[in-house]
Amino acid sequence: MTDHEEHRYDVVIIGAGGAGLRAAIAAREAGMRTAIICKSLFGKAHTVMAEGGIAASMGNVNSKDSWQVHFRDTMRGGKFLNHPRMAELHAKEAPDRVWELETYGALFDRTPDGRISQRNFGGHEYPRLAHVGDRTGLELIRTLQQKIVSLRQDEDTAEGVSEYGIGDEDAGLRVFAEVTITELLTDDSGAIAGAFGYRRETGKFVTFHAPAVILATGGIGKSFKVTSNSWEYTGDGHALALRAGSTLVNMEFVQFHPTGMVWPPSVKGILVTESVRGDGGVLRNSEGTRFMFNYVPDVFRAKYAETEEEADGWYKDSEKNRRPPDLLPRDEVARAINSEVKAGRGTPHGGVFLDVSTRLPAEEIKRRLPSMHHQFSELADVDITKEAMEVGPTCHYVMGGVEVDPDTAAAARVPGLFAAGEVAGGMHGSNRLGGNSLSDLLVFGRRAGLGASDYVQGLGDSRPAASPGSIESAAERALAPFQVEDGENPYTLHRELQQVMNDLVGIIRKEEEIQQALDAIDALKPRVAAVSVEGHRQFNPGWHLALDLVNMLQVSECVARAALIRQESRGGHTRDDYPEMSARWRRKLLICAADTSNDTTAVTVTEQPITPIRTDLLELFERSELEKYLEDDELPPAPAADGPSEGGGRS
Amino acid sequence: MSRDAKFRVWRGDASGGGLQDYTVEVNEGEVVLDIIHRLQATQAGDLAVRWNCKAGKCGSCSAEINGRPRLLCMTRMSTFTDDEVITVTPMRAFPVIRDLVTDVSFNYQKARQIPSFAPPEGVGLGEYRMAQVDVERSQEFRKCIECFLCQNVCHVTRDHEENKQAFSGPRFFIRAAELDMHPLDARTDRREFAQEHQGIGLCNITKCCTEVCPEHIKITDNGIIPMKERVVDRRYDPLVWLGNKLFRRSGKE
Repeated sequence: MTDHEEHRYDVVIIGAGGAGLRAAIAAREAGMRTAIICKSLFGKAHTVMAEGGIAASMGNVNSKDSWQVHFRDTMRGGKFLNHPRMAELHAKEAPDRVWELETYGALFDRTPDGRISQRNFGGHEYPRLAHVGDRTGLELIRTLQQKIVSLRQDEDTAEGVSEYGIGDEDAGLRVFAEVTITELLTDDSGAIAGAFGYRRETGKFVTFHAPAVILATGGIGKSFKVTSNSWEYTGDGHALALRAGSTLVNMEFVQFHPTGMVWPPSVKGILVTESVRGDGGVLRNSEGTRFMFNYVPDVFRAKYAETEEEADGWYKDSEKNRRPPDLLPRDEVARAINSEVKAGRGTPHGGVFLDVSTRLPAEEIKRRLPSMHHQFSELADVDITKEAMEVGPTCHYVMGGVEVDPDTAAAARVPGLFAAGEVAGGMHGSNRLGGNSLSDLLVFGRRAGLGASDYVQGLGDSRPAASPGSIESAAERALAPFQVEDGENPYTLHRELQQVMNDLVGIIRKEEEIQQALDAIDALKPRVAAVSVEGHRQFNPGWHLALDLVNMLQVSECVARAALIRQESRGGHTRDDYPEMSARWRRKLLICAADTSNDTTAVTVTEQPITPIRTDLLELFERSELEKYLEDDELPPAPAADGPSEGGGRS
Repeated sequence: MSRDAKFRVWRGDASGGGLQDYTVEVNEGEVVLDIIHRLQATQAGDLAVRWNCKAGKCGSCSAEINGRPRLLCMTRMSTFTDDEVITVTPMRAFPVIRDLVTDVSFNYQKARQIPSFAPPEGVGLGEYRMAQVDVERSQEFRKCIECFLCQNVCHVTRDHEENKQAFSGPRFFIRAAELDMHPLDARTDRREFAQEHQGIGLCNITKCCTEVCPEHIKITDNGIIPMKERVVDRRYDPLVWLGNKLFRRSGKE
């Protein structure tokens, strides 16, 4: 093949957001020759858009916080569908991962005694989110980016390059910006042998030979019309894993963030941080009612305020008052907003009001929420210190992802494949708490870096080689859109898919609509396979979209197929026809795999029992709470004083 | 409330190119990036443009609109009159790759040359203590989204390719300032570095960088000027000079 660049590394990391960069740091520090592949420029990954903060039970603001409390909150947020070991590791390791960022140069907002300040957020019992105003993601990405630079400088120094010089670009750690991976390469036994892709800048192909690949590609939001996600979020890692023979778990659970912008249309979906509510903002409908008081589900009843007075009192004294229902987990708030709008109590542009202007002084709003202030004044002509914002749900995050081993982040069924961050599944169960994403990236990014390094060291000199012909056929597939004449426009097909997912597999789902979506996806498949693109290979967005569409379609099918099977409502999966949460369904995970026998894009879904929660972790909860989620035989032995259990799932 | 607008977009690559005229639909509330996307979807499928967040947070969609360096996603169509022809060109200070996409690798090279944060010795995980008022000075510079509009507009390099070797540019002066003002950075030579290796002396404070910063960072007043002043303090203070000679200050303390 001409114009084809080849590289050899120990560990190749696909994705340069929080998880990918943290994985790279771990792999490099373990001595691996490491490549980081960014779909965009270095430092532009989607992590940059995270606003509110990083959840870690450092206990700087309330010393009662601990990993156990964080674990409990995470399990409650995920409605007990979380992989308990992942939730445990995450809660235990998050504080060290945040503190570590300070040693890389991060500058978080401080408490009066000089420690990292922590803010309140939905579903977190204590103030827990380390933050920098409302641009925490930017701080995280920049800090990790600069740490990567620092590691490269260490190598320069080791090479004897003068302090301000630049050494060998291809030493132990290299960043490949604007490279998109289109296929993973495996050997004949199915073990990872590398990855294949193209450089956006030139359109030329590049092959990475490596025995370990870490997927850190983020989410799938671009399959939905209204989303807070950027163009990169096309489910690449999910689809790459499927095609390489690995499996996805929990794909039916998609998080709709309750507060996205709704007006003007061009900004619809852009995120409005949960910190607005964490810092005192409240939701109101068009009648001025703080409607969230009417939407507290039974499982959370005891923890949330029943009156406005109590809710308002909580911001000052969280010991004597219960928290405002505006700070329920995101799935609850998103559904409530959806119901209010459907009931005709929405705003002129189809959202609800989020008001912080009457709750905090203008200066305080600008200090705590600078980018929200900026975003609304620049894009919507709204001064949030003077008037309410209009907000509505927006597709934000996918809980589902690659099925991984919690300790090593190794992907199921494919030796040498690892996954961390949003592309990995299990950690967040059916719904992710705000702030738990950035900590997830750090905790499991590091673990993936270490897991991959251990795997590579264990291989010794026997490294898998890509099956003969696989590189050539990957190149052929990538060029297919140029071979078609008079095919359809990829932009048009993308819009159709987004509309289908938004309307039929969105925030509220029912059987016949999901079935319609699956029919629509089936009908889209041959059309996507026959798109044509104009122009040539150099930086051609139409071509890039044509290739991304294949991934979006495959991942959308996973979401829809799993959503059709799960006959209950839980977290980011709400079935109009099965509105109850079911303890029986909690025990089942839905696993997606690619049917490689005939057509590599077909998806099969099978049931798999959930990993039981260890007894010592179960004991962190009151039995009465567990009864709401678990079936009788899963509960710890009842103390004599307890009455007979009614079993779970009646909430 | 849709209307047609006249756009002129630079199309081409390193070998050359020119402005192409388009008539394209515009709806209420849209920004220039929306219009570029509409062009891609309807008239020019291969029109190259960088973008990510479309919310002014990632700094990818930098370009020049009617000659002014701007983020495409934060420039609202309502700021133009209905009959105005809107010209969109790539950033001028960087080599064109294709259409609106430029080669900004210069910036990553400069970033690579700045000595990284040096953690204080003997301070363990969770033991960092800093006052809010002290971190705020550096936090202002850490708001930088690396859109490189300041690098694009700076006249030291905008039309003087030959200065690029010696001059890091405003984005990296504030990176040095940020580290200089970091309460716990163990290095003490940030200002000397700015003078000797970043070429801060070439800056003559015309504040063009501050004007175009979408994050409203006071690059010149809060970053460059203090670094210049302090560099001057240090370099010409005879006692410090003597001390340096006698005790051979190293970068790290």
